[in-house]
Amino acid sequence: MVEATAPKIELRGIRKSFQLGRGQVRPVLDDIAFSAQPGEFVAVIGPSGCGKSTMFNIMAGLETASSGEILVDGVVVTGQREHFAYMPQKDLLFPWRSILENTSLGLEVAGQSKKTARARAASLFAAFGLSGFEHAHPFELSGGMRQRAALLRTVVQDRDVLLLDEPFGALDSITRTDMQSWLQGVWSQNAWTAVLITHDIREAIYLADRVVVLSARPASVRLDLTIDLPRPRELSMTTSAEFAGYERTLLAALHEETPTHRGA
Amino acid sequence: MKNNVTVKWALAPRIVALSALVPPAVILVALVIVWQLAVTVGEVQPAILPSPLRILQQGWGARAAIWENTLPTLQETFLGFAVSLTVAWTLAILIDFSPWLRRALMPLLVASQTIPIIAIAPLMVIWFGFGMFPKIIVIALVTFFPVTVGLIDGFNRTDRDAINLLRSMGANRWKQFVYVRLPSALPSFFTALRIGIAYAVTGAIFAEYVGAERGLGIYMAMMKNSFRTDLVLAAVAVTAVVSVCLFLLTYAAERAIVPWHSKERRSRHG
Repeated sequence: MVEATAPKIELRGIRKSFQLGRGQVRPVLDDIAFSAQPGEFVAVIGPSGCGKSTMFNIMAGLETASSGEILVDGVVVTGQREHFAYMPQKDLLFPWRSILENTSLGLEVAGQSKKTARARAASLFAAFGLSGFEHAHPFELSGGMRQRAALLRTVVQDRDVLLLDEPFGALDSITRTDMQSWLQGVWSQNAWTAVLITHDIREAIYLADRVVVLSARPASVRLDLTIDLPRPRELSMTTSAEFAGYERTLLAALHEETPTHRGA
Repeated sequence: MKNNVTVKWALAPRIVALSALVPPAVILVALVIVWQLAVTVGEVQPAILPSPLRILQQGWGARAAIWENTLPTLQETFLGFAVSLTVAWTLAILIDFSPWLRRALMPLLVASQTIPIIAIAPLMVIWFGFGMFPKIIVIALVTFFPVTVGLIDGFNRTDRDAINLLRSMGANRWKQFVYVRLPSALPSFFTALRIGIAYAVTGAIFAEYVGAERGLGIYMAMMKNSFRTDLVLAAVAVTAVVSVCLFLLTYAAERAIVPWHSKERRSRHG
């Protein structure tokens, strides 16, 4: 049963708790629910350790939820891996593979011939600013280039939804700003549906169509805020009054319940 | 002129590597000189402690016999080590894929290392004779353990996030092994290989010492029995040179098989 206006991806009542032994249970995710329309960019922010990465692992099919379902195009796909392309925090480019071999890894693993996989990845090198680095090795690249290569490896898999787990967290702030404006540019030229985990409120507002705020553990959705800034986004927008307004709202949502949970 | 500069740069790492050999060479030469002086001044009997010069002279005189006995030792070392590597890779891969086998085999592997080779080697001669077979077993027995443990450890050293990335791409256990676990394990494999090869030559010598037709071990035993201490020590020197050469060979192999490892290391330190 496919609904006519089904979102690209929808999370319904995702709960997860870890068994600590001796009957003790630690709840991590408490009824997480949000969705993303086709081509929508959704950012998820929350206090550190709130279970964002667990949520991603459940979406990517790497961990199983205690309850709840994940739908893609209105169809339940909980636990299936083939719908999501996952970009972890670390670039995880393998030193024994060239950049081209690294970026085509997902296609190769999926069973495509090396030749087809590499040709497919190579066709994206220009758009990712990596031309001429096909045969370089990861240690020869700057942090920003490594991150772009990791993103290329993610999008080339042609999955329904991109899961980006703090992709720019390890970069210095100048490189990070460059990467954000670059990502904003390539994203607006493609119809990717993306979910981004970040600690950076400004990054969330700048890149996303909607920002989902999670509470501290056990995480639940505290706020689902639509960012109504025009696209393409310019860096100058980050100093506008509107931008500052979103920042205030998100800061308030993030911190409103922190005192009661602190030290828990 | 410009070309010269490039050549110099290209040679630079090699010069650095050679200069690393200078300090040990200085100490070695100093020790040999002290030894030579002590023997000459103290008029020590050559049968008790020959001078380095005498070892060199007599060893050179007996070079045909020494060479003839070095070849079988080398052959045993290679064959024994080949068996050892085959066993180590098989065990390590089985253990990597099966937690049950890990629990079953690890204690047995550790126990195998408590076998006193010194007691077993003579029995091997009784069981299997003076040929090559018992030597291969002894060498394999003393070297497979460090290599196996090094490999298992290397497989386990794989970044968990890298495994998760592969899983998210849909890789099954075998593909995870081929694409990440195996390449991740290679650096620690080569470390283990160096430990293994160092034991392999001494293992071969020892296995021959208790009984063999030919080989450096039995040559040393026979020279000792005829009080030719100088030739025993000449054979010891040859053993040391052979061991060092094999040791250096592992670095060459590492460079050929894992070129990214040394390149990455250099870029991180340079």
